Amino acid sequence: MRHNNPVENQQVEQAAQAEQCPGVGIVVNAVSKAYGEREVLKTVALDVKPGEFVAIVGRSGCGKSTLLRLIAKLEQASAGEIAFSQGAQTGYAPETRIMFQDSRLLPWKRVLHNVALGLPKSDLPLAAQALRQVGLSERANDWPAVLSGGQRQRVALARALVHEPELLLLDEPLGALDALTRIEMQELIESLWQKNGFTAVLVTHDVQEAIALADRVVLIEDGRITLDQRIELARPRTRGNPEFARLEESILARVLQHPARAPDAPLGDISLHKSVSQVQWAV
Amino acid sequence: MSTSLVNSALATGSAKRRGKRQEPGFGVTQLLSWALPVALIVFWEIAAQLGWLSSRILPEPLAVFSAAWKLALSGELWTHLGVSTWRAASGFAVGGGLGLLLGLLTGTFRQAEILLDTSLQMIRNIPALALIPLVILWFGIDETAKLFLVSVGVFFPIYLNTFHGIRSVDRGLIEMARSYGLSGWPLYRDVILPGALPSILVGVRFALGLVWVLLIVAETISAQAGIGYMTMNAREFLQTDVVLVGILLYALLGKLADVLARSLEKYWLRWHPAYQ
Repeated sequence: MRHNNPVENQQVEQAAQAEQCPGVGIVVNAVSKAYGEREVLKTVALDVKPGEFVAIVGRSGCGKSTLLRLIAKLEQASAGEIAFSQGAQTGYAPETRIMFQDSRLLPWKRVLHNVALGLPKSDLPLAAQALRQVGLSERANDWPAVLSGGQRQRVALARALVHEPELLLLDEPLGALDALTRIEMQELIESLWQKNGFTAVLVTHDVQEAIALADRVVLIEDGRITLDQRIELARPRTRGNPEFARLEESILARVLQHPARAPDAPLGDISLHKSVSQVQWAV
Repeated sequence: MSTSLVNSALATGSAKRRGKRQEPGFGVTQLLSWALPVALIVFWEIAAQLGWLSSRILPEPLAVFSAAWKLALSGELWTHLGVSTWRAASGFAVGGGLGLLLGLLTGTFRQAEILLDTSLQMIRNIPALALIPLVILWFGIDETAKLFLVSVGVFFPIYLNTFHGIRSVDRGLIEMARSYGLSGWPLYRDVILPGALPSILVGVRFALGLVWVLLIVAETISAQAGIGYMTMNAREFLQTDVVLVGILLYALLGKLADVLARSLEKYWLRWHPAYQ
């Protein structure tokens, strides 16, 4: 079993590493985006390593979703460029899949065929397998209309993963789910990310979610990146961890530094204030 | 958590109960929907028997049935029925097919809309029946004239609803499908057409209703066969019972067309919550 040749050993290790990390690297280079007069992104630069999980947080309308749509090539940047790299290869067009806030399942296709969207017919077993990964194999023949919101998002996740993407973009995919389902989905996304090794970019307005999932939390304010916080916590992350709470506190404080409307912050019970301020800035 | 489980259990339980109650009730509703026409016929028969109605104005239902029976036995009824159904079907196929085609074209390509839509909207506002004098001049009084009239009438409901259906397909779904690598015909087949289908089927139902209206008029102009011809002929000989047979046939055929359209909707839109 053991290889005595050190060179060969090294090669095997490298191959194993490459196998483990099919994710793609992203370099966002001085990208700007304007809609008419309104500048949404102002010379944004971001470097995402292969296999990294990056969360982008920010207030509504700060441009975080626009950045995601630019990375997804759903829109064109007004200036600057976004480049992808796979290993030494640059100028590469990665296999990218997006999960939207609404699941965007085709209501006229049964669950299994929604997952198989864009696959050749012979790959239907792959779709069934992806459905099993998200724990919904018994709903394969249902119409999307009869699923709950959480189940629809799980189907959407299966649909994204069946293509074995090198880059998974998540545009507030859990925003419309209830708290319990959301935690479940976060765990599912984390485990699938760990298993498949794709690069993930998550846009969210929930700082807690960002810290629970991401290697890095990037804050966008007014079209600029104003914070790039590495999260070194061990996985799986528990929300009760004091370091978790400290990070959440500090990022939230950073976000709330420029409140658009000054809240009556100094008043009232601290814990209540916190839970209110968690969402207040996002709406 | 536990209360929500209980709640959902209750909800499914009551849903099941409701479903069970509906099943035997279904036959009753079916019967009820026919109660009014049947009662009307019974009342009509009684009125005729008692001499409230002169048979010159309105013959008794039994006479109408026996007239229908006689026509059926002689085979005359089936010839007329066949001719009319053929006219309706071919007119529907030509007009509906063209409407679908142009609707898809203008719905999909903006240039096609710019080029065609204004003209089509102008033509739409001309009542099809106002074209009769012109149609007779162009096509004479044979089959082509009838086919033309029915086609023109059927064209617009299907054209408009197809156009509207294509335009109102969820942009989010199209964007999603594109980002999943669908384009061209697969995108059209899997996303745009099914998305437009509910609207197209509304157009089909409208059109099926219109077919008979147009056919009645077209067949009364001048024809050698068809239900309209049979009715006009009977009028000349004061056979009110045969006139009524013709009128009732139109009602039945209209209902039949509606049933057909409904079952098409039921099948094609079985994914739609409203049809489940």
